[in-house]
Amino acid sequence: MEAFLSSLVSVAFHGLAYGMILYAISVGLSVTMGLMGFVNLAHGVFAMAGGYLMITLMLAFGLPWLPALLASCLIVAVFSMLLEKALYSRLYAAGELEQVLFTIGLIFIAVAVARLAYGPNPLAAPLPSYLKGQLSLGGRSFPAYRVAVIATSALLIATLWIGLERTRWGAMVRAAVDNRAMAQSVGIDTARLFTLTFALGSGLAALGGALGADLMAMTPTYPFEQLVYFLIVVAIGGLGSLRGPFVGALLIGIGDTACKYWVPELGAFFVYVATIALLLWKPAGLFGRHV
Amino acid sequence: MRMLKRLAVLAALALISAGAAAQTVKIGLINTYSGPMASNGDQIQKAVDLYMKLNESRLPNGVKIEIIKRDDTGINPETAKRLAQELIVREKVNLITGVVWTPNAAAIAPLTKEAKVPFIIMNAGTAMLTTLSPYIARTSFTLWQSSYPMGEWAAKKFKTAYIAVADYGPGHDAQEAFTKSFKAGGGTIVGSVRMPPPTSDFAPYLQRVKDAKPDALFVFVPAGKSATALMKGFGDLGLGQAGIKLIGPGDITTDEELPNMGDVPVGVVTMFHYSAAGERPANKTFVAEYKKTYGDKAWPNFISVGAWDAMAAIYDVVIAQKGKLDPDKTMALLKGWKNPNSPRGPISIDPATRDIVQNEYVREVRKVGDHLANVELETIKSVKDPWKEINDKK
Repeated sequence: MEAFLSSLVSVAFHGLAYGMILYAISVGLSVTMGLMGFVNLAHGVFAMAGGYLMITLMLAFGLPWLPALLASCLIVAVFSMLLEKALYSRLYAAGELEQVLFTIGLIFIAVAVARLAYGPNPLAAPLPSYLKGQLSLGGRSFPAYRVAVIATSALLIATLWIGLERTRWGAMVRAAVDNRAMAQSVGIDTARLFTLTFALGSGLAALGGALGADLMAMTPTYPFEQLVYFLIVVAIGGLGSLRGPFVGALLIGIGDTACKYWVPELGAFFVYVATIALLLWKPAGLFGRHV
Repeated sequence: MRMLKRLAVLAALALISAGAAAQTVKIGLINTYSGPMASNGDQIQKAVDLYMKLNESRLPNGVKIEIIKRDDTGINPETAKRLAQELIVREKVNLITGVVWTPNAAAIAPLTKEAKVPFIIMNAGTAMLTTLSPYIARTSFTLWQSSYPMGEWAAKKFKTAYIAVADYGPGHDAQEAFTKSFKAGGGTIVGSVRMPPPTSDFAPYLQRVKDAKPDALFVFVPAGKSATALMKGFGDLGLGQAGIKLIGPGDITTDEELPNMGDVPVGVVTMFHYSAAGERPANKTFVAEYKKTYGDKAWPNFISVGAWDAMAAIYDVVIAQKGKLDPDKTMALLKGWKNPNSPRGPISIDPATRDIVQNEYVREVRKVGDHLANVELETIKSVKDPWKEINDKK
C-alpha cells in the first residue's frame, strides 16, 4: 500500500510538471483561436524561440537563469507583436485554408532558421547549480528543477487568471471572445486588443518553451514535434477558455506520465486514445461552447 | 586543316587512355547528417575524412576512391532503402557503407543481396543484421557482444537488476543478452521497460526504477544526446544517492558525450569494445590525429572507430584488387580480414559469420586529470557475437 501511495505521488508530481509546461505553452493558442478565430499552427515556433533564446542569452551573454528566462519571454512577445502587425493581421479575414498554409509555411521557415543557427542536435539548457539535484519534501526527494517548474507555472497561471478575471483589460478580452461585433460597437479597439493578446500568448509560449527546455528538448523540429500536443490540449479543453486547456493539459500530463510509469507498452498510444474518447463524448471540448 | 584534325584525334586518344589508367572506386556512404540524431553521423563522417586524409598514399597509382554521401535523416528505413537503390542503380557504386541505425541497415540488406553489392556496416549493432545478406560484413559491434558479458560480470556483483532499453532492435538485443547471462549467473531481474526512441525526458521511467529499488540498473539507449538526457535524469532524480548502480553497454557513456554529462557518470561501469582513454599505442596515435584535425575539445568514440576500421578494410580490399572491385572477390577478402592494430585492439572479421571479432573491456567512468574518461579495467579477449554462437546462426 505504501509503495502504491509513493508511486501515486511520483506520477502526480511528474505529471504536474509536464502538464504545467503544456498549459503555459498552449493557453496562448487557445486564446488566439477563441478570440480571433485564427488557426495559428505556428504557435510552437514561439515556444522554440523562447527556448533557444534563453540558451543563447545564458551561453553567449552569460546571463543567469532567471533573467535569461524573463528576457527571452519579453523579446519573443515584442517580436510576435511585430509579426502580428506585419503578417497575421492581414489574414484574419481570410479562409481557414489560407491561415493553415501561412502558418505551416512559417513553421518551415522557423525550422530552417533554427537548424542553420543551432545545428540539428538537441540543445540542453545550462541550469544553475541550485536547480540541479533534489529537494526534500515530507520525507521524499524531488528533482529541484521540476519543483521550480511547477512553482513558476503556478505563479504564472494565478497571475494570468487574476488578470483576465479582475482587470479592465481582461474584461475587454472576455467581451471580445464572447461577441466581437458587440465589443467593437461599444467602442473596444479590437485590433489593438488582438495585438496585445497575441503578444501575451506568444510570450507565454516562449516562457513555457524556455522553462520546459529540459523536459521537451530544443531541436529545430520542435514546432512540428510538439504541435500535436498543443493542439490536443486546446481541443480537449475547448477554444477560448482559460480553465479548459488547464484541465486538458493536466489530464494529458498526468495521464501520459501514469502510462509511462505503470504500462509503458501503452505509453505512446494513451494520449491519442484519450483524446479520441473525450472528443467523441464532448466534441467541443470539456469547457468549450457548442458551436 | 588536316593537321588540325589529326591533332584532335590524337588528343582524343590520349584522353581515352588516361581514362583507362585512372580507376575510380565509387563508395556509397549512407549516414545521418540531419535530424535529432545527427551527432552520430558526424562521428562517422569525421572518421572517414580523417582516414582518407592520412592514407591517401596507400592507394596504388591511378586508383581513386570517391565517396558519395547520402543523408538518411535518422531511424528511417524507407529513406535508407530509397537511397541505397539510387546509389546502386544510378550512381553504380562498387560498395555501400555507413549506416548508424539497425532498421536502416535491415532495409538496405536485401538490395545488396539482389544487386551483389558489398555492404560494410560501420555502426548498426543488432546481431541478426549480418544474416540478412551474404554481401554484408560488419566492423562495428553487436549489442550481444557487450551486454552478454556485462550480465556475467554483473551477476557476480549484484543480486537484483532493473532493465531499461530503447524500444528497437539493439535495445531488444541488449535486454535479451543481459537477461540471459545475468539470470544464468544467479541474478534476478526485478523489472524491465522498453522506451520509445528518441526519448528526451526519461523521468517517468527512471522514477519507476527508483521506486523499485534494484541493486543495479542496466540501460541501453542510442549513443549521443539520448544517453546524455538519460544521465541527466539519473542525476536529477537521485538514483545514485538511492544506492542504484548504473551499468550498461558503452553506448551510455560515449567518449564524446562525457564532457556534457557533468559528474553524474562517475562510477558508472560499462562493457564495450572502445574507449578513447585506451592505453594502446594505436589508440593514442588515433586520438592525437583526431584532435589535431578536429580541435582539442573533440573526442572520437566507438562510432568513429567502427567507421575508421571500415575504411581500413575498404582500402585493403581496393588495394588487393588494384581498384577493380569484384563483389565476390571483395567478400572473400573481407572474410578473415584482420587488423592487429586497430585503436580498439586486435580485430578480425569472422569468416563464418562476416561479423566482427574483438576484445571487450570492463570500464569505469573516472575523473582523469580535468575530464571524465572510460578507464579500462579488465579485458575479455576475442569475443565473437554470442547470439550467433548460442543460436548457431551464420
